[in-house]
Amino acid sequence: MINKIFATPEAALADIPDGATVMIGGFGNAGMPAELIDCLIAQGARELTIVNNNAGNADAGLAALIGAGRVRKILCSFPRQTDSWHFDKLYRAGKLELELVPQGTLAERIRAAGAGIGAFFTPTAFGTRLAEGKETRQIDGRDYVLEYPIHADYALIKADRADRWGNLTYRKTARNFGPIMAAAASCTVAQVRETVDLGELDPERVVTPGIFVKRVVRLAAAGKTQRKAA
Amino acid sequence: MKKLDRHQIAARVARDIPDGAYVNLGIGLPTLVANHIPKDREVVLHSENGILGLGPKPAPGTEDEDLIDAGKAPATALPGAAYFHHADSFGMIRGGHIDICVLGAFQVAANGDIANWHTGEADAIPAVGGAMDLAAGAKQVFVTMEHLTKKGESKIVERCTYPLTGLRCVTRVYTDLAVIDVKSDGLHLVEIVAEGLSFEELQRLNGVPLKYRAAA
Repeated sequence: MINKIFATPEAALADIPDGATVMIGGFGNAGMPAELIDCLIAQGARELTIVNNNAGNADAGLAALIGAGRVRKILCSFPRQTDSWHFDKLYRAGKLELELVPQGTLAERIRAAGAGIGAFFTPTAFGTRLAEGKETRQIDGRDYVLEYPIHADYALIKADRADRWGNLTYRKTARNFGPIMAAAASCTVAQVRETVDLGELDPERVVTPGIFVKRVVRLAAAGKTQRKAA
Repeated sequence: MKKLDRHQIAARVARDIPDGAYVNLGIGLPTLVANHIPKDREVVLHSENGILGLGPKPAPGTEDEDLIDAGKAPATALPGAAYFHHADSFGMIRGGHIDICVLGAFQVAANGDIANWHTGEADAIPAVGGAMDLAAGAKQVFVTMEHLTKKGESKIVERCTYPLTGLRCVTRVYTDLAVIDVKSDGLHLVEIVAEGLSFEELQRLNGVPLKYRAAA
């Protein structure tokens, strides 16, 4: 029998080792697995490489993980925000490595990892500072930059509903990076608002098929961020 | 001379967005364009975090934390809207499915290069977001910006001095002084929008030569 539902987030994250590459879903607070991140902080893994669109806001979630000094490197498209002070401080102190990636290239590199693509050519960033040193090619008169996939050991994502096979549905724009990160990581942990019996999710509406998900944790708060607004 | 304010620039951009267009509006002034699209035109707004059919801001008390726009502000979805993940969203952009994107900029060059993501200062923390994807992928790239810097220098330049966002991609520039097309043979003045500004004065302020053919 397949049962991917874990009783607690602690059990679902217990084996994340120091030095792991961890994708964290979300764009702003939408889709951010806040409770799983809190659990990762408590779990204690260090020297992490984090993949996320941003580099944390205010003092909660990813910002708290960065602030706790657990992150060695971050791959993201938009670290600098008015409330990214934890990132700013460590980055300026040279204690946090940044790989800045255009947002669409970030998404496609994640997608490519999950889809078994070895590399791809994208027109984005050609001729800019972010393409310096990268292989380029002209195809049908257009210039492209070669980009490689981003694989991860773990992905922590937030979805709406799940069954014990790990099939997932999402809510609105909270979907963002969830489906592609789920496919790109060796072990994807999804926190969900609700778990349902097999057959209750309409197969036509499953967004992430369970093959991409290893662990599911139901968190009462996962539908609504209970913390104070960041 | 009376320059346009931000809302007037946004309204001028909105006049050029046709019925049926799929449009991505950048953060800041470009977002204001949505408020000025004529009611008789059906325009589908794309927000790169994963929605087509973006609606107006929600009424106070009806915000949904799972429904936000690319600026991370609370949003709504219109009837007919669709949600999708980030790779699909940027596939729409890079794949040439977005008819028009409207971006802010630090500088636009006469050849259509745009600089809008980095001031070039050595100690600045860089952040790019989706700007390079939009510059590379949208069918038309409209830029809105003030024409001059605070020091009075033209932001329309022969060559950008700030780090580039995209090469030869800008199609039209809307400023508080003028609307200017970027074409393969250079810059063409479409319209002077500042009241009491002569072509000669605009040419002097702009620095880069402008072509102008009065409507027949």
